[in-house]
This record gives sequence, C-alpha cells and structure tokens, in this order.
Amino acid sequence: MAEFGTMRIKSGLAEMFKGGVIMDVVNAEQAKVAEDAGACAVMALERVPADIRADGGVARMSDPEMINGIQAAVTIPVMAKARIGHFVEAQVLQALEVDYIDESEVLSPADEAHHIDKWKFDVPFVCGATNLGEALRRIGEGAAMIRSKGEAGTGNVIEATRHMRAISGAIRQLAALDPDELYTRAKELGAPLPLVQWVAEHGRLPVVLFTAGGLATPADAAMMMQLGADGVFVGSGIFKSGDPSKRARAIVQATTHFRDAKVIADVSRNLGEAMVGRTNLAPEELLATRGW
Amino acid sequence: MARIGVLALQGAFREHCAVLRRLNHEATEVRTPAELAGVEALVIPGGESTTIDKLLDSSALRAPLLERLAAGMPAFGTCAGLIVLSASAVDATPDQRPLAAIDVVAQRNGYGRQVASFEAPVRLLGDERAMPGVFIRAPRIVAVGPGVEVVATLQGEAVAVASGTIMVATFHPELTEDDRLHRRFAALLA
Repeated sequence: MAEFGTMRIKSGLAEMFKGGVIMDVVNAEQAKVAEDAGACAVMALERVPADIRADGGVARMSDPEMINGIQAAVTIPVMAKARIGHFVEAQVLQALEVDYIDESEVLSPADEAHHIDKWKFDVPFVCGATNLGEALRRIGEGAAMIRSKGEAGTGNVIEATRHMRAISGAIRQLAALDPDELYTRAKELGAPLPLVQWVAEHGRLPVVLFTAGGLATPADAAMMMQLGADGVFVGSGIFKSGDPSKRARAIVQATTHFRDAKVIADVSRNLGEAMVGRTNLAPEELLATRGW
Repeated sequence: MARIGVLALQGAFREHCAVLRRLNHEATEVRTPAELAGVEALVIPGGESTTIDKLLDSSALRAPLLERLAAGMPAFGTCAGLIVLSASAVDATPDQRPLAAIDVVAQRNGYGRQVASFEAPVRLLGDERAMPGVFIRAPRIVAVGPGVEVVATLQGEAVAVASGTIMVATFHPELTEDDRLHRRFAALLA
C-alpha cells in the first residue's frame, strides 16, 4: 500500500531543505561541524571544488567508505555527487542510501550528450542549471530539485548571480507571454512544453531552486535569497575559510534572516579570513559550461 | 478567521501559509520575537529539526516561544515540528532541546533514510475517508503520556496526536490538498 520514490516524496524532501544551508564536507569531523552549525544537509565529497580546481585531473564519485563515515557521523540528510551521465555511480550512491544525489558539473562529466535518466531511481536528484531551459530539461529527466550552478570553488559570487538572474528573469518573462506563444518559447528554451506551460501559469519552477557556486560570506547567501533562491549550497567557502564553524553559523543565520540587514551585519563581524578565491578564469576552467 | 503564525526559520513554511490562507486565515511568517507576539497560534513546519532548534536560540525565540506555549497558545507541528514540540526525541543530537509542549516521545528518522520515505493513506479517527500521508524521513511517535489523544493512525500506529491546544503529526498534510488537519487545528482557536 505504501508507495516509495514518488515525485512528491522526492521533491518533498527538497521542500524541507528550504531556507537552509547545505554544506560541502570531506570527512566526518567537518560533517559534525556543519551539523553543529545548523546545516540542513551535508554534501559528502572527497575534495571541495577549490581543491578539485587546484589538483586538476579527473574528479569522480567519492569513496563509499568515506560517504558511510559521514552518514554515521551525522543525523541530518547526506547528499553525494555523481558525474554527469554516470548512471552507475548514481546506482552505487542509491545502494549506499544517500538521501540526495547531485549530478554535478563539479565532477568530470562521464557522458558528453546525455544526463542520467533520474526517473529510474528512488533516491531524488538535484541538478545544476545556468538558465531556465537547462533547469527544465533536468526536471524533464526527473530532477526533483535544481540549483543554479554559479562557478564552484572560486569564492566569487558573480556567476551565481548571473544564473539566478537568468533563471528568475526567464520565469517572469514566461509568465507575461500569451499561451499561444509558449510553443515557440519551449522550442527556443529547448525545454519540454508541459513544463514551460506549468512555469508560465505558476510563475516559479515546479521544484525547489537553490543557489550554488562561489558563495563565501553571509551577505552572499542573503543576496541569493533576495534574488529568489529557496536556500543555498556553500562548498569551499566554509572549510577554506579561517574559522569554518563560526562562518557556517553566520551563513545559516543570514540565510534565515536574509531580509534583515542588521542580523547580517551582526553575524558578519569578526568572521576571520574568507577564502581567497579566484577571478578571471580561462574558458577551459569554467565548470558551469559542463552539462547539456 | 484567525491570525496564525508559521515558524519560518527553515523548512516548508510557505506550504503551511498557503493552506491556512486557502482556509481564509491570516497567515504570517514568524522569524522574530516581535512577529511571534503578533500571532494567536503557531505552526511549526517540517524541515531539519536540528537546524530549527539552533535557530530558535540564535533568533532569540526559545524563551518567548516557551512562554507563549505555557500560556496556552495553540500550536501545530508537522514532521520536524513534531520533534520540536515533543517532550523528548530519540536519536536527537546531544545539544537538541525539544520544547516539551506535548507529552510525546519522538524518534527521529523513525523509518530510516530517504529511500525509506513513502506515501500511504492515513486513517483519521472519527472520519470514514482516508487522508493522504506523505512521510519524508519522518519521525515516529514511540510513546505518549496520559491525556494525549490519537488523531490519525497508519496501520494502527499513531501518526498524529493532540493534547489540549497542541497537535502534532509525523507526516506532511501541507504537501497535499487535504486540509482536514489544518481545519482541526484552526478549530482549537475557536
């Protein structure tokens, strides 16, 4: 009588993440720091994006032993990343009973044309998007949550801003179109027509939209919330900073009280060094262009 | 029509606001002590109970909320909201402090991880028609004190209970079109 892995169950878990901060962690100790700071979930991965950039080479799914270690260390949901199109990594992550799979451009893509058919899984997926068409293609493939991509591992929020504005702007534009015009718009977006019609009618994505990629400060998180994000992912920004625990707490509070500049000012005091960050990336260094 | 607050620190607060507005109540998001002071009743939504617990402290809401609950303010907690209102929680983090507004012992993630999350019809006591139950990393009610009344069951096990002006459910009525539990809660204000 009970039904498992329905879209309502998958997207429903993302609804429970809203207003929260999902933090990248590379071991059990960091996972505990994140949980103690009030993270609503953690993303288990072997290297944070800043280190993946620095090290180069192929980035893959994390060691199951390490993922299990993090699952054992915390009580909050644990997410993990699979490479774009690598459906067997996703099968492995489902077998490990991770709570969410991130089909992520931060890892090296495994398929240059196809993403994972996410409808085949009971575990929900979150996918990155830089614009509305990409977001709706992922939802069409079964993603139950979207995150704007930003540019992971840079500590620079500009790409996250670009992608949030692109997605929200395109949604507002759709809502203003005549129903007759949605067919051509769906073609232009490269997105499934029924999803385009749904967004035009409701003025939002049919699933939760988080922001990721380059957030490093409480003000960055609050800005993304004011731009319409339902919550934020923070990767390298926490554990590449001077005082991860304090910064993590501050970002959690700024995400909840995102319209209260006084709170954001208070929590931003004496946070220590932010991650150094990167600007002016060469085109081949961009991660956001991965995914199709 | 009542002015009902929805605790908006983290989680599915928008959905609760939408249901309450559909029922013609004035629903407001509560993030500060001043906002709490302005409502007649409070819904505590699903989300991450450890996150909500910490934000109660950092938002200076714990003391005023305990005061209002002690003074009889009606409250409705779903999923994580049940854990927050419970007397104690099994598998809670060591620093987690439930508000003890209702004599219920909750078990966090009572069915397991997300792969064990499910939908199943729930039996509402005193109502022939089943209610859709959405259980997402849901807690289980493992013990209740005297005077706690069962409101809904799943295969004989209590999944929603009430005592005085407090009602809690392990599942998510706010994610479905069925607003019977919200109506029951609103009736507590009358």
